[in-house]
Amino acid sequence: MNAYIPQLIHLIIAIVACMLWLALNALLLVYCERKFAGHIQRRPGPFEVGPHGILQPLIDGVKLMCKQLVTPDGADPYLYWLAPMLSMLPVMLLYMPIPYGPVLTGLEVNLGLLLILAFSGFNVLALLLAGWGSNNKWGILGAARAVAQSVAYEIPLLLSVLAIAFMTGTLNMSEITAQQGAWPWQWNVVTQPLAFIVFMVSMFGETNRAPFDLAEAESELTAGFHTEYSSMGFGLFFMAEYGYMVVICSVCSVLFLGGFKGPIMDGWWWMLLKTYALLFVMIWARWTFPRVRFDQLLNINWKWLLPLATFNLLATAFIMKL
Amino acid sequence: MNAFRKHILQPIIDCWSLFVGFGVTGKYFCNKLVTVHYPRQTVEEENLDTYGGHIELVGKPKDPAMPKCISCMMCVTNCPSKCLTVVKQKPPKPTPEQEKAMKEAEEKGEKVSKPKAPKNPAKFIYDYSLCSLCGTCIENCPTKSLRYSSNFYWVASDRKELKLDLLARLREQAKSMPASAPKAEAKPAKAEKEA
Ligand code: SF4
Ligand code: SF4
Repeated sequence: MNAYIPQLIHLIIAIVACMLWLALNALLLVYCERKFAGHIQRRPGPFEVGPHGILQPLIDGVKLMCKQLVTPDGADPYLYWLAPMLSMLPVMLLYMPIPYGPVLTGLEVNLGLLLILAFSGFNVLALLLAGWGSNNKWGILGAARAVAQSVAYEIPLLLSVLAIAFMTGTLNMSEITAQQGAWPWQWNVVTQPLAFIVFMVSMFGETNRAPFDLAEAESELTAGFHTEYSSMGFGLFFMAEYGYMVVICSVCSVLFLGGFKGPIMDGWWWMLLKTYALLFVMIWARWTFPRVRFDQLLNINWKWLLPLATFNLLATAFIMKL
Repeated sequence: MNAFRKHILQPIIDCWSLFVGFGVTGKYFCNKLVTVHYPRQTVEEENLDTYGGHIELVGKPKDPAMPKCISCMMCVTNCPSKCLTVVKQKPPKPTPEQEKAMKEAEEKGEKVSKPKAPKNPAKFIYDYSLCSLCGTCIENCPTKSLRYSSNFYWVASDRKELKLDLLARLREQAKSMPASAPKAEAKPAKAEKEA
């Protein structure tokens, strides 16, 4: 019995750390996103609250929390309020198996990659419940789109991840990192460029980010699945979206960019650097490309990503067998 | 072969445009900001030239206090928001001598020349709170007597304050104008024509 206590403490610390890390990331990314958008449009972005608007996301958060929680008439209150929580809760779990450093891993599990892929699927359920529970046709339309999109993009994402798993022979994230070298040419991105491209594109689709943010296409739908949500109901979806972004970028940097390994001095700083570089590419893309149409979105997926990912997987399997 | 080109090769080549897009926004990201931090800084004069604020009257080149307007009512009829009110001037009352002369002329069967009303309007009221800044009045004015102003720092706490007497405004502008007024006047008018 006593043998489990250190493990339990480790787990609790990891969960608390993950929660803090998630909240911090959400604040940081909101700020970065707005600043980045501002500078691309050659305006300063948030500027008034705190030096260079640094307190803006905090104030936004306070504002969101102070708003009234409204349940629309005729909505299913249980499903309606379950949805944002369901969208938020698994995110914390997703942070656990990511190796931020040799010892900075929340939960060392053999099936870490599988855990992430499995639990990130929860988000789809949350979106569906949100759209269904709010008793609003825009909500349902948005949810239907979100589900169609997430399900579609999950497949090429999985296939490209699988190619890496085939190559390294493991689903343990630390193990995958360990098999890559310190220098860029020793990373998986060199051996699996196609998988990397497919992963990058699916990443946008999976996290509902522009140019694939059709689940909340505010020019076509009123707002998508979260039309009816006020206050922290919306806030949780929002935070979850940023949470998933960080997770998927971390996974990408572990799988393809060598995780916490870097040319000089391995450590969590490399991991952070790579993750944030990817996040910036995501933000950059959002302010560069216009939104695609829904049929184009599905066409890109079914006609290009899926065959490419399948081909890549088969080729990897073939080469590994040789 | 053609189908291969169209469906396979071209999309791959088109992917290059994504990087071109990244290049464009990346360049803007590194450029200097163009936004003005309003309360701390003010907009430079040359940037105000292209600003299309509320409508204002244009004075005659020789007499800047007098609008070019001929009270033709084109702007009033064409304004979709009905925010302009132009009141024509009444013809001046004829003096007794003139009246006498007119009567005599009538008796002789000659053409009577009644005194004409001055063309410039008696009143030119504009309600900014209704205006959609569509520019229809500017386009339709036969004498080019209207233009967008560059009055940019204008705040009101009541919508009634947004009702402007444009004639009074023109007189104010003429008063504060330097001696070389006509020249300064000509420039915005030209810019407006180009627009
Ligand atoms: S700009 Fe349009 S709405 Fe405004 S006064 Fe002129 S015609 Fe009317
Ligand atoms: S259209 Fe021009 S000339 Fe005619 S009334 Fe309006 S401002 Fe005056």
